[in-house]
Amino acid sequence: MASFRLEKRPTPSQAWTWATPVLAVLLTMVAGGLMFAALGKNPFLAIKTIFYDPVLGEFAFYYRGQLLVKAGPLILIAIGLAMGFKAGIWNIGAEGQYIMGAIFGAGVGLAFYPTEAWYIFPLMVIAGAVGGLLWAMIPAILKVRFQTNEILVSLLLVYVAEQFLAAMSLGLLRNPEATGFPGSRNLQQFPAASNPELWAGTGIHFGVVAALIAVIFAYILLSRHLMGFHIQLAGQSPKAARFGGVNPTALVVFCMGLSGALAGLAGMFEVTGPAGQISINFNAGYGFTAIIVAFLGRLHPIGILLAGLLMALTYIGGEAAQATMQLPAAAIQAFQGMLLFFLLGVDVLSNYRIRLNREAAA
Amino acid sequence: MDISSINWILLLASLMVAATPILLAAIGELVTERAGVLNLGVEGMMITGAICGFAVSVETGSATLGFVAAAIAGAAFSLIFGLLTQFLLSNQVATGLALTLFGLGFSALIGQGYIGIKGLSVPHIHIPVISDIPVLGPILFRHDLMVYVSILLVAATWAVLKYTRAGLILRAVGENHDAAHALGYKVVRIRLMAIAFGGACAGLGGAYLSIVRVPQWTEGMTAGAGWIALALVVFASWKPWRVLIGAYLFGGLTVLQLNLQAAGLKVPVEYLSMSPYLITILVLVIMSSGRSRAALNAPAELGRSFHASS
Repeated sequence: MASFRLEKRPTPSQAWTWATPVLAVLLTMVAGGLMFAALGKNPFLAIKTIFYDPVLGEFAFYYRGQLLVKAGPLILIAIGLAMGFKAGIWNIGAEGQYIMGAIFGAGVGLAFYPTEAWYIFPLMVIAGAVGGLLWAMIPAILKVRFQTNEILVSLLLVYVAEQFLAAMSLGLLRNPEATGFPGSRNLQQFPAASNPELWAGTGIHFGVVAALIAVIFAYILLSRHLMGFHIQLAGQSPKAARFGGVNPTALVVFCMGLSGALAGLAGMFEVTGPAGQISINFNAGYGFTAIIVAFLGRLHPIGILLAGLLMALTYIGGEAAQATMQLPAAAIQAFQGMLLFFLLGVDVLSNYRIRLNREAAA
Repeated sequence: MDISSINWILLLASLMVAATPILLAAIGELVTERAGVLNLGVEGMMITGAICGFAVSVETGSATLGFVAAAIAGAAFSLIFGLLTQFLLSNQVATGLALTLFGLGFSALIGQGYIGIKGLSVPHIHIPVISDIPVLGPILFRHDLMVYVSILLVAATWAVLKYTRAGLILRAVGENHDAAHALGYKVVRIRLMAIAFGGACAGLGGAYLSIVRVPQWTEGMTAGAGWIALALVVFASWKPWRVLIGAYLFGGLTVLQLNLQAAGLKVPVEYLSMSPYLITILVLVIMSSGRSRAALNAPAELGRSFHASS
C-alpha cells in the first residue's frame, strides 16, 4: 500500500516552483541515460555530448551559433502558447500556425521577386504574423461562436496546414526554374526578402531578436498590464474572472490570436533565414516542442527564455550525438517527451506536501 | 474524371477496414472519458501499438500475437498517463499531450529496424454461404477477424455500461467522483482500469493500421487518427453505438476520398487529403453548436483530478 499521502498546500511553494524544472531535467538525464544504455551507447558520453560539448566542448564555436538559431523559434512560439495555457486556453496547433506564417511570409516575398526594395521584408513580417493569426482564429472563432473544443480543432488544423504546405511547394510557390526536389525559390538568394545572420557566427537573426522582444513584452504584459492580470485570473479561478468583469470571448480571441501571430512570425523568420525555402518537409516540429518549452519555463517569460535555450541544446547536442555516436534522431525526440513527463510528475511537489502515513509508519 | 471507374462494392467493402482503427481507439477513449478522465494521448498510444504490434507480428509470424502485444503496449503506455494524473495529480491535458509527443519519438526509435519490411498478410474469414451472397457478402462478411472483434467490443462496451453494476460504478465515478468516493468506491483504481482499457484499445487500433490496413511500418503512420478518434467520442455524445456509426461514416468518407484520388479528380491530391481533417472539424462544430444536447451527455467530471481530502 502507498505509505504516503498528499496534502494540498494553501498556496504553491515558491521554492519548489523554481526547483521542479531543474529536478525534472536531472531525472530526465538519468532516465535518458538508461535509454541510451539500452540502445548500447555509453550513457555518460551521450549526456556529455548533448549537454556539455555544444556549449563548452572543442567545437563549441560552431554549435553556440546554432543554439540561438534553434532557440529563437522555440521561445517565440512558447511565449504565445504560455499566455493561453495560463488562461486555460489550449492552442496546441502552433505547428500549423508556424507553417501558415511561413507560407504567407514567403508568398508575399516571392510575389515581389525579383524587385529589390526596402519595404519587402517588413511586409513579409506582417504577412507572416497575419498568416499565423488567421490560422489560429479558426479554432478561436469556432470556440467563441460554437463552443467547439479548441484543442481538437487547432491540432487537426496542423494536418491541414501540412497538406497545404505540400500543395504550395508543388504548386503555386514552386520555383519555376528549379529542377529536382520541389520547393520554392531560395529566399537567401533574394536579398530584399532574406533574413540573414546579423553578426557572423552568433546565429542571431531577426527571429532571435523578435523572440527576445516577445519575452520582454510578455513579461510586462503579465506583471504590469490589466490583460495580463485577466489572463492569470481566468486561469486560476474562472468564476472570479467572470465576476471580475473579464470578457471570456475577448480573452480567447486575444490568447489564440497572440500565440498564432507569434508562431506565424517564427515560421516566417525560419523560412527566410535558416530554412531558406518553402518545401514539403519545411516544418520540423518546433510548434510541438514549444509546448514542452512553455511548461518547462513554468509559463513564465524568463523561464521560457531559459527553457528554450535548454531545449535548443537537446536538438543541437542530439545532432552532435547522432554524428559522433550514431545515436538515432528519434532518441532525442523520446528524450524531449520524457522531459515533459517528469516535469508534470514532479510538479506535484509545488502544489502538495508529501506526508508519511502514520498507520504505515507504525 | 471517370466516376464510373469507381467500384462501389469494393468501396463499401473497404469502408469497414478504413474505419476499424479509429473505431477501436474511440471506443477505448469513450470508456476512459466515461470514467471522467480525458486522455489526449490516444495518438501516442496508437502509434506505440502500431510499432509494437508490427514488430511482434513480423518476428513471430503471428498477427494474433501482434495484436496482443499491441494491446499490452498501449495499456502499459496509458498507465504512465494514469500514474501521473491519478497519483501525482498532474494536468490531464498536458499529460496527454506529453504521452503523444513521447509516443511519436519512442515509436520512431523502436521502429528504425522495421522500416521497409513487408508485413504479414492477414487472412480474411470466409463463411460458406453468407460470404458468397452477392453484394452483401463482399461488403460485410469477407473481412479479417479484427473488424468483427471491434464491433463486438462496441456491443460489449454498450452492454456493460448500460446493464451491469460495473458500468454503473464507472459512470458514477465519471459523473461525480466525490459522491462515488463517499460511497466507498475506489475512484483512482477504477479510473486506472478505465485508462488501461482505453490504452489497450488504442494500441489495437494502431496495430490494425500497421498489421492489416497498410501493412507496413512508417514513422508517424497514424497521421492524426488518434485525434480523429477523440473527436469521434464528442461526435458520438459518449454513446457506444454512435461511435460505430461515426467511425463508419468517417471510414466511408476516407475511402471515397482515396477513390476520387485514384479516379483522377481534377483537384490536387493534397486538397483531397485534407478532407478527413476538415470534415472532422465540421462535425465537431455541428455537434458542439447544439451545445444543450452534447453537453448534457459529457461526463460531469471530465478532465478533473480527484484528490481525496480525507
